[in-house]
Amino acid sequence: MAEEVKLIGMWGSPFSRRVEIALKLKGVQYEYIDVDLTNKSPLLLKSNPVHKKVPVLLHNGKPIAESLVILEYIDETWKANPILPQHPYDRAMARFWAKYIDEKCLPALWNACWCEKKDREKAVEEGNVCLKTLENELKDKKFFGGESIGFVDIAANFIGFWVGVLEDVVGVELLTIDKFPILCKWRDEYVGCSVIKENLPSKEKLGAYFRTRVESASQSK
Amino acid sequence: MAEEVKLFGMWASPFSRRIEVALKMKGIQYEYIEEDLSNKSPSLLNYNPVHKKVPVLLHKGKPVAESLVILEYIDETWKQNPILPADPYEKAMARFWAKFLDEKLWPAAKKVVLSKGEEHKGLIEEIQEHLKTLESELKEKKFFGGESLGFVDIAANIIFWLLVVQETLGLDILTEDKFPGLHEWNHRLLDDAVFKECVSMERLLASFKVRFGALTASK
Repeated sequence: MAEEVKLIGMWGSPFSRRVEIALKLKGVQYEYIDVDLTNKSPLLLKSNPVHKKVPVLLHNGKPIAESLVILEYIDETWKANPILPQHPYDRAMARFWAKYIDEKCLPALWNACWCEKKDREKAVEEGNVCLKTLENELKDKKFFGGESIGFVDIAANFIGFWVGVLEDVVGVELLTIDKFPILCKWRDEYVGCSVIKENLPSKEKLGAYFRTRVESASQSK
Repeated sequence: MAEEVKLFGMWASPFSRRIEVALKMKGIQYEYIEEDLSNKSPSLLNYNPVHKKVPVLLHKGKPVAESLVILEYIDETWKQNPILPADPYEKAMARFWAKFLDEKLWPAAKKVVLSKGEEHKGLIEEIQEHLKTLESELKEKKFFGGESLGFVDIAANIIFWLLVVQETLGLDILTEDKFPGLHEWNHRLLDDAVFKECVSMERLLASFKVRFGALTASK
C-alpha cells in the first residue's frame, strides 16, 4: 500500500517549512496543501481542532500537529538521514535547544521586530541574550547538529532566514556579525545547504508580506 | 559502577514532581536535592545556566533540564515501565498533549493566581475551555496513557495545582459536574501509590493559603 503523506502548511510560516525540510531530507513523497490563514480550510480545522494552526502532517489520514512533534514523528517513522542523534543524552540536548528556540528566542526576536518603538531597545536586548546563548552553544561546530544539519538547525530556521528578512523590513538590527560572528557563519552555511535553500520562501514575497503587516499596523494607530 | 542519579527539585513545583514520579515508576535510585528558589544553589546555576530553574536531572554528572525533556531522557535510558507509547503516532499524540498542558493550561492557571476579582471570570472561562479539550481527549480512558499511567498523566499533574488554587481562592473551575471524566481521573491518580507520594496536597494547600489566601480575604 502506498504511503499517503500530506502536509497542510503556509508558504511563509517557518514552522511549516521545518516539516518540509524534514520530509525532503528523508526523501519522503508528500502532497503539499497551502492554506490561507485568514480563511482557514475545513480540512485544517478538522485536522487540528485544538490549535487550528499549520503545520499539520497527515500520514495515512492520521493528523499530527505542532512542528517539533511532527519532526520527531517523521524521524521515528522514516529512518533515513536521522534528524535527532542516537544517544539519549544528545537527544535530550537537541530537544532542550529546540524548546529554547521556540519558547524563548522566537518570541523575543518577534517581539523586538513588532513592539512599540519605545519598547524596542529593551526588546532587542532580550533578543540579543537569546542569540548570545545560541552563539555559545554553537561554539566551533559547523551546525548545531555537528557536521550536518539536525533537529536544532531545522528548529532554528527562523533565525537562519526569517530574521534577516524582518531586519530589512522593520529596520531593526538583530543578528549582526560583530555581536554574533559564529551564528552569522552558521546562518551562511545553513542557507547554503541545498535542502534548506530549496525550501525557503522567496525573500521578496516574504518581505512584501511583512511590509503589508507594518503598513496596516501603522495605519491602525 | 552504581548509576549516579541526582535530582535538583523543589517540593512545590509540579515540574519537579513529574521527575520524581518517573524515577519512582521505574524504580530508579536517586539522590534528591531540595532547592530554595529564593536562594538558588551554585550547583543549580552551574547545571542549568540557561534557565536557572528546577528540575535538573544529573546523570553521571551530566545535567538535563526542562521537565518534559528529562522525562523523555529517563524513558530512553531506563527501559522498564515505559512512560511513552512505542508506536510513533501514539507517541506524537502524547507529546502533543503534554505540550498543550504546559503551553495552554499552565499559563492560564498561573495567571488566575496572580489576577484579581473581575479578571477571574475571563481566566476561568479560558481554563475551562482547556479543561473541556482535555476532558474530550480523556474520553472513557482510565488514564490519558490508556490502562496505565503515562507521559501525559505525569505532565497533567499540574491539574492538582489547579485544584489547590481553586480551593485556596474559593473558585469553581474544575467541578465534578462540568468535568466528570477529569474528576474521576484525578481520584485515580491520587490513589496511585507513586503519585500519592509525589504531590503533598495538604502541604500545598497550607502553603497556598498563606501566600494567596490573603487575596480572597481582601475582596
